Amino acid sequence: MFFSLAAVEVGTHLYWDIGGLAVHGQVLIVTWLVLAIILTLAVLGTLKLEQVPKGLQNFLEAVFEYVAGIAKDQMGEYHYRPWVPFVGTLFLFIFVANWLGALVPWKLIHLPEGELAAPTNDINTTVALSLLTSISYFYAGFKEKGLGFFARYIQPAPFFLPINILEDFTKPLSLSFRLFGNILADEIVVSVLCLLVPLFIPLPVMVLGIFASSVQALVFATLSAAYIAESIE
Amino acid sequence: MNPIVSGASVIAAGLAIGLAAIGPGIGQGTAAAQAVEGLARQPEAEGKIRGTLLLSLAFMESLTIYGLVVALCLLFANPFVGA
Repeated sequence: MFFSLAAVEVGTHLYWDIGGLAVHGQVLIVTWLVLAIILTLAVLGTLKLEQVPKGLQNFLEAVFEYVAGIAKDQMGEYHYRPWVPFVGTLFLFIFVANWLGALVPWKLIHLPEGELAAPTNDINTTVALSLLTSISYFYAGFKEKGLGFFARYIQPAPFFLPINILEDFTKPLSLSFRLFGNILADEIVVSVLCLLVPLFIPLPVMVLGIFASSVQALVFATLSAAYIAESIE
Repeated sequence: MNPIVSGASVIAAGLAIGLAAIGPGIGQGTAAAQAVEGLARQPEAEGKIRGTLLLSLAFMESLTIYGLVVALCLLFANPFVGA
């Protein structure tokens, strides 16, 4: 009933049956595309490394410095280096996924059910990414402090214990919902506006969406780095 | 589908996103105002202020997003419609 109100397909998926599990096919297709784009750029840019970088290598070095800066700002000079790959992967994956969803006219490709869009507009993708963050900060804390890691649960005072335990659950929850909600809300706003006024009017909203989705990638990476920094501090 | 349940869901979705937008709206306004003030006083700290501002805005925005997720659940994946 609500689907006919606005031609926005929320909750319809292209289901693939893999080993008894129902998998959202349209998410996987675009995820593979994102991986292919990032890998191709990385491999092409590092084929012929030169002392004085130019072209693609120059661009990749700028990208690397940017993502290393995200980790460095949160964790400090001494701890940041081992976590650059993780934080950088999160940033690049979310960034490319969001922009791919916003820039490519996926409507032109017809699927039997559901439609192609940014993989981050599916709650499963964002929950997986945020659980990765949870696992990493536990790992970082244990590696740094051993069992002394648990001392932080009674940090300001022992009666903070329930709040601190609750925080371990709210961190991935808020991370995943923030990314999912932002991307999905942006797509819904754009498609509802396109339904009302098909020409020109949705353009500013699309530009805003492109800006917002790059900010969301930055926020996700920064918060992951901050959580890891918090547990190794 | 029970029409009362549908109507109540639509009203609830509107309320969820509308009410959830009030607090973060005020908070984001205050934060942005303070950031501009800090920028006017100390223009050389622009990069740091911008980063911190974006991060805190994202925190506040996530509160509205919770309301949005509830609204989306009510509109597209309503658990009460089937009954």
